Amino acid sequence: MIRTCHRPATRFVLGSVAALTLAGCAATPRVDSAPATPAPAVPAPYPSTYVAPAAVPVLIRGAVVLTGTGARLDNTDVLLANGRVSAVGPSLTAPAGARVIEARGKWVTPGLIDVHSHLGVYPSPEVAAHDDGNEATNPSTAQVWAEHSVWPQDPGFEAALAGGVTTLQVLPGSANLIGGRSVVLKNVNAATYQGMKFPDAPQGLKMACGENPKRVYGSRRQSPATRMGNVAGWRAQWIEAQEYARDQALYESRRAAGARDARPVKRDLRLETLAAALRGEIRVHHHCYRADEMAIVLDLAKEFGYRVTAFHHAVEAYKISNLLADNGTCAAMWADWWGFKMESYDGIPENIALVDGAPGSCAIVHSDSPEGIQRLNQEAAKAMAYSQRMGRPIAPEHAIRWITTHAARAIGVDERTGSLEPGKMADVVVWSGNPFSTRALAEQVFIDGALRLDRNAPRREPESDLLLGQPIVEAARTGSTP
Amino acid sequence: MTRRLLPGAALALLFVACCTATFAADSPAASRTLLIRNATVHAATDDGRPLPATDLLLRDGRIAAIGPRLAAPADAAVIEAAGRPVTPGIFGGLGRIGLEEIGLESSTGDYAQRLGQMRPEFDVTLAYNPESMSLGIHRANGITFSVLAPSSESGGSLVSGLGAVVALDGSAPAAPRALFVDLGGDANRLAGGSRAAQFMLLRQAIVEARAPNLVIVHDERLLTPSGRQVLLEFLQGSGPFVFDVDRAADIRQVIALAQREKLRAVIRGGVEAWRVGAELAAAKIPVILDPLENLPYSFDGLGASLESAARLHAAGVVIAFSMRSAEVHDAGKLRQAAGNAVAHGLPWPAALAAVTRAPAEIFGAGERFGVLAPGRVADLVLWSGDPLDVTSLPDLVVAGGVVQPAQSRHTALRDRYQERLGRGAAR
Repeated sequence: MIRTCHRPATRFVLGSVAALTLAGCAATPRVDSAPATPAPAVPAPYPSTYVAPAAVPVLIRGAVVLTGTGARLDNTDVLLANGRVSAVGPSLTAPAGARVIEARGKWVTPGLIDVHSHLGVYPSPEVAAHDDGNEATNPSTAQVWAEHSVWPQDPGFEAALAGGVTTLQVLPGSANLIGGRSVVLKNVNAATYQGMKFPDAPQGLKMACGENPKRVYGSRRQSPATRMGNVAGWRAQWIEAQEYARDQALYESRRAAGARDARPVKRDLRLETLAAALRGEIRVHHHCYRADEMAIVLDLAKEFGYRVTAFHHAVEAYKISNLLADNGTCAAMWADWWGFKMESYDGIPENIALVDGAPGSCAIVHSDSPEGIQRLNQEAAKAMAYSQRMGRPIAPEHAIRWITTHAARAIGVDERTGSLEPGKMADVVVWSGNPFSTRALAEQVFIDGALRLDRNAPRREPESDLLLGQPIVEAARTGSTP
Repeated sequence: MTRRLLPGAALALLFVACCTATFAADSPAASRTLLIRNATVHAATDDGRPLPATDLLLRDGRIAAIGPRLAAPADAAVIEAAGRPVTPGIFGGLGRIGLEEIGLESSTGDYAQRLGQMRPEFDVTLAYNPESMSLGIHRANGITFSVLAPSSESGGSLVSGLGAVVALDGSAPAAPRALFVDLGGDANRLAGGSRAAQFMLLRQAIVEARAPNLVIVHDERLLTPSGRQVLLEFLQGSGPFVFDVDRAADIRQVIALAQREKLRAVIRGGVEAWRVGAELAAAKIPVILDPLENLPYSFDGLGASLESAARLHAAGVVIAFSMRSAEVHDAGKLRQAAGNAVAHGLPWPAALAAVTRAPAEIFGAGERFGVLAPGRVADLVLWSGDPLDVTSLPDLVVAGGVVQPAQSRHTALRDRYQERLGRGAAR
């Protein structure tokens, strides 16, 4: 298991070009900035245009601070400056012009992170015209990017902000074996998705096990119609991707060697995605409920030499918690969903806690829901309660990792956000009390140091253009009746 | 991982041990006596304050007494509550517990008819399975009653059919006492593409039911003879019409319909009901809502708000809670939803009533469920903490006068795999 090295070993590259393409990252000194393939001639397309607004320094004083790194610091100050966490400690001094928040009795956590959302791609209102989450036209649509479906006016973003969510991964749906690329967003209001896009966050690849692909395609008398068809479908895709990656690598090596007749590989959006996933540049997020299917997928990843970053909706992860931990694969889970389909029949509310109990594990609480994303803290609290009931109490400073650092790690932004450490993005929530309870509300939410939500000074207007100027919405915000 | 029992967990186990021996589970007679001492009792009989340091004496499956410093009968098992709250058993909402085993498997789901006809006589209680594994799971989590509610699906009708309260203790459902109707934008597919047609069809059905001797050309009949009879019974007051409707304008139409036809109406869903709170209160029409529903999931619900419950309560409307999703597992979320309503302005006692007394009364089961009072069948929960907080779980559940096992299919799975994890063998 290679924990610190996200890129996989070179097993998939069987030809003579292996050494040229990918030095096994565990075997050689790692150069973080060096991509596995040469930099493209043009910058990454569809770049982020998000720029954190300038903000005054903020000193949050005297709070209970959950750092996200496993520590709970009572009566502690948090200083935000220049968009970063500047300091965490006792009796910090407010710089000139700082906003000071007296937070005695309040709790401070990193901004919450949801690794599984369909906000923007399945937005509210759920009208037919908004059905943009599943390109259910082929079992493999690795060529589509969820970001190209994201509607920034989804009112769900602002609701999630009120729940303390500062970063989220938006994925395609699970109709397909390979659904397409995910995108990581900052939860900021913008007219374009590029204005929300988390700068330089890796993309993910959405894959799906089990019932959904075989139901969608089986009902059309297409493959996959069975679980064995699912696996055959993935293998066929990876075989193509291996060949494509090999051709890409061969071209690059010949070009680098100055071969004049070196011809670039013909571009293919689907195979570009898959090849990048094999190289570890795109993280594999695999929707998979059942333990036995997760084990198959781990073997599939071994066959083709890539890593599964996380299983999502891992309802039966508790049955194989040691196996997941040993593979360094995270499990993203609901607190208490079960029975809504056969593959969720064995879901239990101790799932998260049992996964968490395996040494080296990476448990994550995710939402997959525009309601759940507003209450990730409560979902985690439920898991804590059931864990305590089975004799395994979990402290708040630990549980917060399920919705901050572990989530950040899965989507590849853990070096920049997810914890309250100096130098990290100032993505911070001030809670009215212990966030692992029903009553606690996010009172202030900062993203890159900018105050995005303040319950003491509610926004006059909804952020979403959809809701703007709607009489019933205006009435709803004030409670006025005719 | 070492398994470490907390004091709380140890106590819970002790309670089960003590009580199965006395107030025995699986014993219909339940003849023994149980004294819960020193509890904070939320009787839910009104919206007043809880009774601190109060005892509950349970005997022969009923609540024998509630009061301070009750004498322990010689045969009583005693549970020291140490101030922990006791509430009535919690409501599981309007849904499919016992009507659906697995969501996407139609062979296990019986909550909707797809005959393409308006069949008010479709009685969903006939499909109830008291042995569904979900009952034990919900009971162990403090849910002791729910409503079997039919729903309207494609291929069905905007009149969903009949439902009833059911105790989750394995007993048979009550006689069907509520008629469910689906209105609004999502019901357009069931009514020729217009909500105006929904009201038109309802009116036509009512005319048919009220005039059984009316000669109608066979092809133009909406209802079967038994459907006419059922609808007439409800028009004559045998139970409420539960209208699933969200938009304020549609709710006003329902209020007008109820007044014109003199029928008892209940609003379910009611996303924009807060907007017509005064009219609903004046018409004494209760609202069963999902207090977590704050997004405009449809254009019928642009006015969604987390403060709906608080506003309706303030307007004097009787409210009860039910999750919008009728997924069987979501019944367990009602307590969380109620707690969130409190976080958004609803007084705590009103939130408790919305998951105990109010739904029981709305569905004609107020004598059996929803409050704690001497003489009643014991249906109650002793909680580890605030029952409306997600951090609390039941320490003791009594349903139908019987102490319920804490074990369920969930705990069986938990125990199997916790043991494997302990050996490093969860793989």
